[in-house]
Amino acid sequence: MMQLAARVEPLLNVDNLVVEYGLGNKTVHAVSGVSLAVARGETLGLVGESGCGKSTLGRAVLQLRRAKSGRVLFDGEDLTAMEGEALRKMRRRVQLIFQDPIASLNPRRRIGDIVAEPLIIAGVKDAAERKRRVHEVLSAVGLDPDLVVGRLPHEFSGGQCQRICIARSLVLSPEFIVCDEPVSALDVSIRAQILNLLEEMKARFGLTLLFIAHDLAVVKAVSDRVAVMYLGRLCEVGPSEQLFANPAHPYTGLLLQAIPVPDPDVRPAESVAAGEPPSPIAPPSGCRFRTRCPRADQRCSAEIPELREIGPGQFAACHHPLT
Amino acid sequence: MSAPLLTIEDVAVELPTPRGNLRAVDHVDLSLEAGRTLGIVGESGCGKTMLSRAVLQLLPKKAKLTGRVMFDGQDLVRLPSESLRRLRGRDLAVVFQDPMTSLNPVLTIGTQLMETIQEHLELDAPAARKRSIELLAAVGIPAPEQRLAQYPHQCSGGMRQRIAIAIALSCEPKLLIADEPTTALDVTIQAQILDLLAREQRRRHMAMIIITHDLGVVAGRADEVAVMYAGRVVERAPTQALFKRMHMPYSEALLAAIPKLETAPHTPLPAISGRPPDPTRPLKGCSFAPRCRYAASRCHEAKPDLKSAEMPDHLYACFYPIQMAEGIGA
Ligand SMILES: Nc1ncnc2c1ncn2[C@@H]1O[C@H](COP(=O)(O)OP(=O)(O)OP(=O)(O)O)[C@@H](O)[C@H]1O
Ligand SMILES: Nc1ncnc2c1ncn2[C@@H]1O[C@H](COP(=O)(O)OP(=O)(O)O)[C@@H](O)[C@H]1O
Ligand code: SF4
Ligand code: SF4
Ligand SMILES: [Mg+2]
Ligand SMILES: [Mg+2]
Repeated sequence: MMQLAARVEPLLNVDNLVVEYGLGNKTVHAVSGVSLAVARGETLGLVGESGCGKSTLGRAVLQLRRAKSGRVLFDGEDLTAMEGEALRKMRRRVQLIFQDPIASLNPRRRIGDIVAEPLIIAGVKDAAERKRRVHEVLSAVGLDPDLVVGRLPHEFSGGQCQRICIARSLVLSPEFIVCDEPVSALDVSIRAQILNLLEEMKARFGLTLLFIAHDLAVVKAVSDRVAVMYLGRLCEVGPSEQLFANPAHPYTGLLLQAIPVPDPDVRPAESVAAGEPPSPIAPPSGCRFRTRCPRADQRCSAEIPELREIGPGQFAACHHPLT
Repeated sequence: MSAPLLTIEDVAVELPTPRGNLRAVDHVDLSLEAGRTLGIVGESGCGKTMLSRAVLQLLPKKAKLTGRVMFDGQDLVRLPSESLRRLRGRDLAVVFQDPMTSLNPVLTIGTQLMETIQEHLELDAPAARKRSIELLAAVGIPAPEQRLAQYPHQCSGGMRQRIAIAIALSCEPKLLIADEPTTALDVTIQAQILDLLAREQRRRHMAMIIITHDLGVVAGRADEVAVMYAGRVVERAPTQALFKRMHMPYSEALLAAIPKLETAPHTPLPAISGRPPDPTRPLKGCSFAPRCRYAASRCHEAKPDLKSAEMPDHLYACFYPIQMAEGIGA
């Protein structure tokens, strides 16, 4: 298998993962052979358009959706082979934060109970200990525990709800968190607060993150390395700075051009991004990006491009890379 | 200079709530000429949607509106509802953040387009059908004839927004209001939709209001930008002038909070701390004072007016505007 990460032994190693959904008599090819590794203490950003399989990949890593094939090694152990008690134990070490903070909180439960819930599921029987943990994580995310524990989710703004979700994900002292578009539903001003908070929490609790988003600038702000995904496959992966300075895959280049620049002198490039992604029910043969790619040729429809190293630590799956 | 197509004069919107009166829009003045684009920028809850709904006369029933909305020579606030209904959808069109707000899930796309066209224009069914196909093609929908028979749920989010735009454009409006038209969409699709709006606007010489919380969205696309905070316009200027020199600390903070591609990973973002004030509890002083790093005691005592200093078309509401030297010699 290709070694995509790093010098250190990775905490997470995803090997040729395939995840599919049945849809009537058809198959949705949501994740089609993805391999990646995340080193301990690292943040790997995962970007791609809606429907490309980012959440599916994140959920399959956490075994919330079982893969059709492939392996997910966490700290050396294969999660895909685990069941029952062993898997439950493992799940304490990995957590998930969702995109829609308000929808992911039960509207009828008080904040104190919501944040304590993972502790109860994990069998922490001592109520005083639970309370202590809940207060600790709520303070850590910048909320006043005494003011919030008794209140209901609807009394909080989107940004505050995301703080509560982050507190809930921290309460079991996990090592690894999948952040699934944690700021996409938030305003620019609140987005910056939450991104800073995630960075602080990562440093303070020694976390390793898989950070999913569709906005490249947001991903770059927090990620050591970035993986770009398109229609179920990885296009490119590499160190953030390098990947943004020298994108090798045409799709990465296109994503970079689509970002609105807050400068009126930079004229937005007209229609860089022709078309929409094809259906994952019948993905194109060969390179899945070929229907939108300005460089596509005969070979691209015949042959699936494999990820190969095109610079130190930078890998791209393209027959005709940009660099 | 030609007479403005739209003039919003001293518009205020109040909504009764259990916590007391909520001032969603607090005495706003704006104007827009034909063929021009105005960007309205501000964070969630600052009153952008309520202001656009005041223009469209689509406010919640309990809402209390004061001021004047002059559109094409008539005051919309005083127009009978029958005339308003005819105006909306024809001269005055809107695209919402969630395209499903304007699309009917149980009707085919063709039916919805043709109904709008036939309601406002004197066209028979075959002519309306032909026009529908042209419109879908114009907004970049492949195989438009087949699309006519489909339902909204059979289309992607980007497609639905294109269809909502096609319906909004169907009767050649003089003014199009796009309320966060791309907030729910991916970056690549967002760029496509913004291009589409700009292209159609130029082609039709239509006036357009783009509402967004992202200054990046309006930077290259609006002629003029109004920044809103807590129901008020706090800075307003031609786009170039605004980005060259922001006077109001809130505008500057909003721009700084956007993650930039040039910045190295793990650089802390200059976030705006705290939240906007509770709109049912208006502050005596500047609404931004609790979050403003330049605030002085005067800012907590009185509200700064929206006014200009050296440039007549650059307005701002701040006692201590930011003085950026950069060649202007402030
Ligand atoms: N139907 C309503 N009844 C009472 N208050 C309302 C109603 N609709 C909006 N508001 C309040 O009016 C204020 C302005 O709302 P508005 O929706 O115009 O803001 P916005 O800038 O469009 O925000 P968003 O981006 O969240 O849509 C907010 O405080 C909001 O809570
Ligand atoms: N429960 C499901 N049943 C069928 N298809 C699904 C289901 N969940 C997701 N999909 C499909 O799988 C693909 C990948 O979905 P997802 O991982 O949610 O994308 P993303 O998170 O990148 O938006 C999409 O085409 C989506 O429509
Ligand atoms: S393999 Fe071909 S189609 Fe795919 S990205 Fe590269 S050039 Fe484009
Ligand atoms: S008036 Fe005072 S508080 Fe308000 S923006 Fe200006 S400096 Fe800040
Ligand atoms: Mg998702
Ligand atoms: Mg709104």
